[in-house]
Amino acid sequence: MRFKKELDFVHLSRFFYIFSIAITVAGLIFLATMGLNYSVDFKAGSNVDVAMSKNITLEQLKPALNGLGISNEPQITLGEKRVNIRYDKELDNTQDEALKAAISKLDDKASFEVNTVDTEMAKELARNAIYSVLLSCLGIIIYVSIRFEWRFALAAIVALIHDAFIVVSVFSIFRLEVDLTFIVAVLTIIGYSINDTIVIFDRIRENLRFGKQKTYEDLKLLVNKSVSQTLMRSLYTAFTVFIAAFFLLILGGESIKMFSLAMVIGLLSGAYSSIFIASPLWLLLKKRQKSAGKSNPAKA
Amino acid sequence: MLSFIITVLVLTGVMVFTTPGLLDKVRLGLDLKGGFEILYHAEPMEAGAELSRASLQKTAESLEKRANALGTSEPEVTTEGTDRIRLKIAGVTDEAEVRKKMKEPAVLTFRSAAPGDAVGTYSKIELVGSDFVEGAADVQRDKLNRPEISIKVKDKSKFAEITKRLIGQKLVIYLDDRKLSDPDVNMEIPDGNASISGNYTLDKARELADTINLGALPLKLTEKYSQSVGATLGKQSLDQTVKAGLVGSVIILIFMIGMYRLPGALASFALILHTWLLIAVFVIADFTLTLPGIAAFILGIGMAVDANIITNERIREEMRSGKSILSSVKAGNKTSFRTVMDANVTTIIVAAVMFAFGTGAVKGFALILIVEIVLSIVTNLYFAHWLLTVLVKAGALKKPKQFGVKESDIRAL
Repeated sequence: MRFKKELDFVHLSRFFYIFSIAITVAGLIFLATMGLNYSVDFKAGSNVDVAMSKNITLEQLKPALNGLGISNEPQITLGEKRVNIRYDKELDNTQDEALKAAISKLDDKASFEVNTVDTEMAKELARNAIYSVLLSCLGIIIYVSIRFEWRFALAAIVALIHDAFIVVSVFSIFRLEVDLTFIVAVLTIIGYSINDTIVIFDRIRENLRFGKQKTYEDLKLLVNKSVSQTLMRSLYTAFTVFIAAFFLLILGGESIKMFSLAMVIGLLSGAYSSIFIASPLWLLLKKRQKSAGKSNPAKA
Repeated sequence: MLSFIITVLVLTGVMVFTTPGLLDKVRLGLDLKGGFEILYHAEPMEAGAELSRASLQKTAESLEKRANALGTSEPEVTTEGTDRIRLKIAGVTDEAEVRKKMKEPAVLTFRSAAPGDAVGTYSKIELVGSDFVEGAADVQRDKLNRPEISIKVKDKSKFAEITKRLIGQKLVIYLDDRKLSDPDVNMEIPDGNASISGNYTLDKARELADTINLGALPLKLTEKYSQSVGATLGKQSLDQTVKAGLVGSVIILIFMIGMYRLPGALASFALILHTWLLIAVFVIADFTLTLPGIAAFILGIGMAVDANIITNERIREEMRSGKSILSSVKAGNKTSFRTVMDANVTTIIVAAVMFAFGTGAVKGFALILIVEIVLSIVTNLYFAHWLLTVLVKAGALKKPKQFGVKESDIRAL
């Protein structure tokens, strides 16, 4: 399968810019208003797991808990001879004891496990991950600027941040749960995105050597040519990595569902941004150089 | 041609024979085999006291011993930074009990035999950890150059009374309920400075001195983070993930062969070799395979496939432009090498920064990614290129069709 006629990716990218900006704006709005749906890893509070000798109903449990004088409303999940109660605030020792006593009244054989979650670690991990990503961007700028030029570096980083942000946005918009594995998924996506983008840039760099591109039209043709030359490879690679992530999503364990979903979204976004965002963006930056170059001799 | 056949056969043989053994030896993380992990923040029991590297280390060791004593399998205890201890335990039935036990500070006691104690048991507590001057226990040598431990007690008169009463008897040192040493009291010690001698090796003496110092200043542990995964849940995650990985891999290999024919089969061979080498590195370097590790694994395989796709697409392109097969392969290998290297080096930079500045899961992920990319360069660039060149030179690949290129697509040069 080959495209006989070359597509005008640069022209098409205008629509994709709009699309990406729309998702980004929607993502920002959701992030600002709703935030992310954090899992227990990121939320402080107390988690009480009770193993019981019999099943208990919500009607029995609610009054018992309400009588404790704990101000915040717990989230209760009933299971087979098990109850999980989660408070958004950490319980102190007396509240802890009172809670146990109240439930023991309902079932004297109840056994408890109370975990008080300190979110500092999860937050620290997330913070470190963000710092690492920002620092990696610096590394990419230096390496790509040496091997290519700074415009490629900048465009690659925009594409990379775009991909990471798309995933965060989708998770925010659809209220999907964000846990510790989400951080790893975003890191993976960034790794993939940069790899994918560099391959296309490599082709642009190679084609640049063959001829003098005098006008913006020349450059535009060159970008279109480079993207279509690497298009099959981009699609095949996206397809294979997508296959791996997709099977993880449908066959993998429950604990990595969200992780796999983040990967699938990110991989698609990575392939898309390499083709429609990164290369046209480079062209946009390059165009400024061309026009600046033209106006300079005029001044002199 | 002969070298090609021998290489492929030998490698296949090695992989087939070693893979089951290697797979068994891969160490699995808690998220895949079940268990729990706790990160403790350590601080001295007494406010204002200083937390030393040695006391943190000692606390970690005593945690490990306690976990062992509770009958858990392979507890893993590591110190992190200046004030953290990470504990990983698998196969625990009563998690709450273990957690409670682990958090209790190590209790150092010096005991003597109470009336009614059986021979060899000591129940009367004479001194506790806080009776000792902090950090004063040290190793020195006696007149015969044997290592001995010097200690300093805060309350001189109390110590004088104890030593006077116990002359000729034993004053036994316990950490929790573990007997560490049972020195005899030889004389009354009035000034609070004593030395414990015995047939200690230097290491043993140092350990005892450290333990006494730790006992004098026990650390308070607070749980910062904990994660627990049921054993069946962990096993289930692993099985499902492995199954998903296998199905995905098979489809990728079929795709490669269907798309690129014989070169695709060579690429598939390089991919299998790459995966096998990665597992071997896991075993040799004793890495722990966790969920984030699997993520890095998948990304790495994706990139390895990419390297092969880039090479083969490039070769096809050269062929379509009318070059001969040998020069197409040569040119394709050469140009794709640079492309893949640049893409891989950029990704390694990202991973290296994550490794240097990340913590926990991020660090593990980055390390595996780096290892995998390096392996991928060896197998999917050098090795795969070599295999293909050998075959072409031997004349086994003569038609563009064998590369999946239609004759009609080839332009005249």
